Amino acid sequence: MAHMPKFAGIRRLGARIQEAKGAPRWILYVGIGIVVFFVILAIFAPLIAPYGFDQVTSDGVRFPKQAPPSSEHLFGTTVQSTDVLSRTIWGARTAIEVVVLSVIFSIAIGVPLGLFSGYVGGKLDRGLVLIMDALFAFPYLLLAIVVAFLLTDKLNDFFLSNLFGAGIVTAAVAITVVYIPQYFRVVRNHVISVREEPYVEAARALGAKRRTVIGRYIFYNVIQNVPALATLNAADAILTLAALGFLGYGIQPTEAAEWGYDISRAIDDVGAGIWWTGVFPGMAIVLLVTGFTLVGEGLNDVLNPLIRYRRIRKPKIPAEKVPAEQEASS
Amino acid sequence: MSRKGSLRTYVLTRLVLAIPTVLILLTMVFLLMRVAPGNPIQVALGGHLSQQEIDRRSAEAGYDKPILTQYVEYLGDVFTGNLGTTLTDHRTVTSIIVENGSATLELTIAAMLVALVVGLTIGILAGRFRDTPIDLGGRLFGIVVYAAPVFFVGYLLQLLFGSTLGWLPTSGRVGPVTEYELDTTTHLYLIDSLISGNFNAFEDTVLHLILPAVTLGLLVSGVLIRLVRVNLMQTMRGDYVEAARARGVRERRVVLEHAFRNALIPVVTVAGLQFAILLGGAILTEQTFNWPGLGSELVRYLNERDYIAVQGIITVFALAVVLVSLMIDLINAFIDPRVRY
Repeated sequence: MAHMPKFAGIRRLGARIQEAKGAPRWILYVGIGIVVFFVILAIFAPLIAPYGFDQVTSDGVRFPKQAPPSSEHLFGTTVQSTDVLSRTIWGARTAIEVVVLSVIFSIAIGVPLGLFSGYVGGKLDRGLVLIMDALFAFPYLLLAIVVAFLLTDKLNDFFLSNLFGAGIVTAAVAITVVYIPQYFRVVRNHVISVREEPYVEAARALGAKRRTVIGRYIFYNVIQNVPALATLNAADAILTLAALGFLGYGIQPTEAAEWGYDISRAIDDVGAGIWWTGVFPGMAIVLLVTGFTLVGEGLNDVLNPLIRYRRIRKPKIPAEKVPAEQEASS
Repeated sequence: MSRKGSLRTYVLTRLVLAIPTVLILLTMVFLLMRVAPGNPIQVALGGHLSQQEIDRRSAEAGYDKPILTQYVEYLGDVFTGNLGTTLTDHRTVTSIIVENGSATLELTIAAMLVALVVGLTIGILAGRFRDTPIDLGGRLFGIVVYAAPVFFVGYLLQLLFGSTLGWLPTSGRVGPVTEYELDTTTHLYLIDSLISGNFNAFEDTVLHLILPAVTLGLLVSGVLIRLVRVNLMQTMRGDYVEAARARGVRERRVVLEHAFRNALIPVVTVAGLQFAILLGGAILTEQTFNWPGLGSELVRYLNERDYIAVQGIITVFALAVVLVSLMIDLINAFIDPRVRY
């Protein structure tokens, strides 16, 4: 792999996006815009958020309880007197951290497993497929809940926990378990389909080692599906994280702000007609998930050779009109 | 390969194939529940009882045996339908499944109805009027329904219909009066109230059911819209649709009978995968609306660390998944002869 030009994959991806046109391009751009907005919120949360996520006093004065939106607290305050705007912004940091970790974990485990299983085949492959299919068939939320529950307080000494907090790592691992089968499936099936291609056969005939064949010839072919899958999974991961938070698993309330947890608290406010404690975190979830979904759909449209349009001028072929317009107007 | 008797072969093969899936899922449940340190009795009751009492009960429940023996016993218990008794409130898991499972069943059936009505209507309209504002609206609706967490949708509905308008109850399965009055025979309150002729109870049940069912139904409808739209667009291009039009069949009939029927085949297939979404959504919806179903019981027992109850409920969920996917495959085999081996 040392002989590949630097960042070849990224360059190729960039070129594809440049070539995209029409709706896929706009879908992609709007999605990227939304995601970038949240990433900025996440990175600069300490600078952007007016208060800390669990801050209840400022200059020695306690914030009002369940105060409606005002100039002091743009999104109002919660029953614990925390500032909703600040919690929503800090929540972006939690969400992005968990998503990045879980996507990295599941790619790091799912992709190599799929490559190996697909290439080697045989009993190992069949066994892994059986296990992964069973995992896939299991209701994903149930799996995430049980894993998050079992891991609570178990990961305090894990090296990443010092960096991100144990709750964030717990949530990320719980989500990872759900997504590994998807990467495994996509990669493995793709490997199976390219394994017998002439160029792979040729590499093998030239005496390339198994590592080289998998790492160099198959890997680059198979990896193309991963970006679209990863962004779609990122969208899903936000929802799973929020669901875990809503049910009270994964991240502890003292550790970080989490949108799903905020909504679960807000449900108690409904009777009193208090809407601002839940609506803002909820909108944040909807927006970020939409952003990731649009990027994923856009990437799929741009990268998938079967459905992608390119900005290449179509050759004019004189032909009789296809009755397509007629169909549309009828 | 449509030989005579192939449907029977398919059904038998599919049934046999379900066995390893069941075994793997059960093994997974067993392993998941045994990853936790300490035995279930220790975890649930430690601190409440003396250590001797805990040891005695652990031995009685067989937790001092080797893990393999426990595994075999667990499988045996599942196949004989004996899922144990909860540690914290001494209910049999079977009774949880009957009482709370019926609440979940009622909710999911109502939700599926909502999903079918909303999903098929919007999906057909969007697919039929492709690239028009109707289509765009339908697709946007699909995206928003997907992107909004089910509990947030439920929360918004509670705010609007429960708090602002005050039309519908937002919590529980029935009001206290009905709870007291209603005789539960089937544990499906809609049916129970009709059987006993208690129409006030029936009305109360319906009112309580509306918001949770709409919430969960909207979640599932998002997937349906997408599927129906794409499949309808594909089948509308088929030759037989053109042929039907050429014969002068009315457009309505062309869409609803010729195109839509064929568009439905892949939808049924994917409905099996949606079952996982439905179950996950049900857990969250139940929690949002205080609905006393299996999902909220699972969450409650998890918090009480009652592993027997948790293991029992998860086992039932796992079996339900296999059963539904089996049913879907069989239905498909009946509808579509190409599916059979």
